[in-house]
Amino acid sequence: MADFKMDADHSGLALERGVQGVLGAGLDRSEGALKVSGVARYGYEHPLAGEVAYGYLITAPAAKGRITGFDTDTARGLPGVLDVIVDDPRIPRQAAAFVPAHAGNDEIDHWDQIVGVAVATSFEAARDAAKSVTMTIAPEQGHFDTMAGVGDASGPPKDSRLQDMAKGDIDAAMADAAVTIDQVYTTPNQVHAAMEPHASVAVWEGDTLTLHSSLQILHAAKGILAKSVGIEADKVRILSPYIGGGFGGKMLGPEAVLAAIAAQKVGRPVKIAMARSQLFHNVYRRTDTHQRIRLAADKDGKLTALAHDSVVSQGPDGGFMEPVALGSIALYDAPVRHFTHKIVTLDMVQAGAVRAPGEAVGMLALETAIDELAEALGRDPIDFRKLNEPPVDPMTGAPFSTRALVECLDKGAERFGWANRASQPGQVRDGEWLIGMGMAAAVRINLLVDSQARVTLSPDGRARIETDMTDIGTGTYTILGQIAAESLGLPMDCVDVILGDTDLPPGAGSGGSFGAASAGSSVALACEDIVATLAERMQADPKDMTLKDGHAIAGNRRVPLSELVGSEPLAALGKISQGSNAKTFSQAAHGAQFAEVAVNSVTGEVRVRRMLGVFEAGRILNAKLARSQAIGGMIWGIGYALMEEAVLDQRHGAFVNHDLGEYHIPSHADVPPLDVLFVEHIDRHANPIGVKGLGELSISGAGAAVTNAIYNACGVRVRDFPLTLDKILGGLPDM
Amino acid sequence: MQFTINGETHDVEPDIRASLLDVLREHVGLTGTKKGCDHGQCGACTVLVNGRRINSCLTLAVMHQDDDILTIEGLGSADNLHPMQAAFVKHDGYQCGYCTPGQICSAVGMLDEVKKGWPSHVSDKLDSVSLSNDEISERMSGNLCRCSAYPNIVDAISEVSGLTPAQKEAADA
Repeated sequence: MADFKMDADHSGLALERGVQGVLGAGLDRSEGALKVSGVARYGYEHPLAGEVAYGYLITAPAAKGRITGFDTDTARGLPGVLDVIVDDPRIPRQAAAFVPAHAGNDEIDHWDQIVGVAVATSFEAARDAAKSVTMTIAPEQGHFDTMAGVGDASGPPKDSRLQDMAKGDIDAAMADAAVTIDQVYTTPNQVHAAMEPHASVAVWEGDTLTLHSSLQILHAAKGILAKSVGIEADKVRILSPYIGGGFGGKMLGPEAVLAAIAAQKVGRPVKIAMARSQLFHNVYRRTDTHQRIRLAADKDGKLTALAHDSVVSQGPDGGFMEPVALGSIALYDAPVRHFTHKIVTLDMVQAGAVRAPGEAVGMLALETAIDELAEALGRDPIDFRKLNEPPVDPMTGAPFSTRALVECLDKGAERFGWANRASQPGQVRDGEWLIGMGMAAAVRINLLVDSQARVTLSPDGRARIETDMTDIGTGTYTILGQIAAESLGLPMDCVDVILGDTDLPPGAGSGGSFGAASAGSSVALACEDIVATLAERMQADPKDMTLKDGHAIAGNRRVPLSELVGSEPLAALGKISQGSNAKTFSQAAHGAQFAEVAVNSVTGEVRVRRMLGVFEAGRILNAKLARSQAIGGMIWGIGYALMEEAVLDQRHGAFVNHDLGEYHIPSHADVPPLDVLFVEHIDRHANPIGVKGLGELSISGAGAAVTNAIYNACGVRVRDFPLTLDKILGGLPDM
Repeated sequence: MQFTINGETHDVEPDIRASLLDVLREHVGLTGTKKGCDHGQCGACTVLVNGRRINSCLTLAVMHQDDDILTIEGLGSADNLHPMQAAFVKHDGYQCGYCTPGQICSAVGMLDEVKKGWPSHVSDKLDSVSLSNDEISERMSGNLCRCSAYPNIVDAISEVSGLTPAQKEAADA
């Protein structure tokens, strides 16, 4: 087994010697034809033999209280109803993240909490039954206002990625500075809003449970599901070959546990898809944030202090903390630094990971504040950032693995035409529209997690990759194929990639932008072993052997791989794990975001006219798919800047806009042409294949580029996200 | 009752509460049409009924006696893609792929609406409509994509519609 721990850089992979020419190429998605023709089957769509039952979740119309009784008689009497389950102690109250969700429905701890499931022979009957269940509730007063509870707030949990940290005296630095910024920025509750709702099909065969579902990290979900249902993990198999978007939200939905429970009770497979409104209240949200940013600079524009102190919320017993300051810690040099978080407990659905926990919202605030400071200093915001570029990690003193922020800023400025920006706001008009340009830095910490993959080279010369890694739209099928094809010298159509099945070696799963680096490294490592065996059979040193188009070439011989393999397949397991390089080097991906907007001088309407993202995310594995991920993140930035907000009803603790009609995400008409440029530096300290995370980097700073452009267009600075037109209208210049 | 799906006649006895979407997915076995919101707000369930694009979650199956329904599976198959499907692959007009069948059916229906001269919110004139990227974006806004492949989707549709880069620019200017 090729087992590599990242305690040092890898000495050089076969991948890097590859001449097949597929690595990095902008190839089409391998599974593309299946997706566009509708035959790729997502969790709920797995075909089943025999009689199937449908489940519909029952939820409680209260945010806090005790359930004193259920009336299920009407529901049970409806045609087609098989069971109404409200008395099982395993009923999960909401989605699970890294541990099982609280179970039991005697107590209600958030609005619309799941309290049971109705099971019937059709979806229509199950829905009707679920809606016919009534319950008596002894209500209690809930708390839903984050800032009202700040007096009782707690600090970061012990296992949180981010602990409070400070260097120097922030108050003294603020008092001594030539120029300071001290402002509070707020961001609202946000949701994942993946297009595919959480959906599962549970099938029991004896005491073995098979779950067809839509999940991001299968081996983790397997353990949580087993615990939630009360069986051993080795009795659970989960399959998620296609996943309709995750964005952090699909760890283990409550419908998975209830499908398993229901299938056990009714003795046939049970399918459950959560209704869209149920997702808003029963899948962890991204917390609202209240961020105080203090910046101090000397008269020459050098930062002397940077403080980013946040208040966030969490539901009862939620273990997660949104690490708001994550991007701020090492982005700019300043001798005095201060990062804290307070968590207020509310009677709400838990807060959890949504695309780029920390940076996605923290960078909205930080990069607005930096724009404000640059303006107060009379400096161009790009020049200001370059002036405050740290030589080493300013918190730990560790060297950066790779860092190309300045290169991204410079290349972006040139490509975007930054020199044409008017430095004073409100100077450029196009009819009734005020035009402005803005920019922001992007940063996202880089992670590597344990991941395994098996690669098998068959006697017919085809390679097969197997891992329980997932493809949530990130391109895993394609890039793992490219890595193997390049390493083994095979055309892409000779590589099969099998993902999303817990019977396969445990992969990284999708999350934290660690998927490509981790799963990709495990595949490259497995290929190392195969290449070594092939070289042995060629009686050559692996470094002296060339693999191309299904042939090995060494010592004046060109031999088909099928011949070298012989009658028995060659199989190897690759395993990567994180090591001391994570501490030796400060690791992050960087970028620069640019936006041009038009603000209507009459209505305050904002139209984004164009955007450019320049990103350094290590090696680019597939130019086409990398660009797609980048534009996706930038568009999330447009959403965070202009429209996304789950509006909380302070009376009931319910999100009023719990659907896709009222929770606004960007649609076609909101999105202009987007430009993306990659600055490629292979990061050998990060992982063997030298890639860094990209999916989350691209959202970082994107929204701030948009709102800084709004300020440049019309002179209105709004610190309460999103910048809906009502917040802009009052500040517009006189007509 | 009876309707035609992808050229084949189907005899079904749907629950009177069943949406066309659920009948397609659960009874006919055509799961290419997706359920994203069940509220007509996301467009993932878009199919063509008698040539027009509709949200199949917002219409009851029993309302479609004798209708001619075209789903993503009827448009083209994995080894014989419709030009719109092929363009989505080429331009990477998707990531997770869940909104994709709806986007593609919607795009096919949308181009037909333009051909018929139907104006949109962004059309300059009501009586002569010409296609541009702005028109495509406006007319496709009922189809959400959370992966946010929008620019690539517009490129794919633009190519199929036969817009040349010069035409796109001229029309957008």
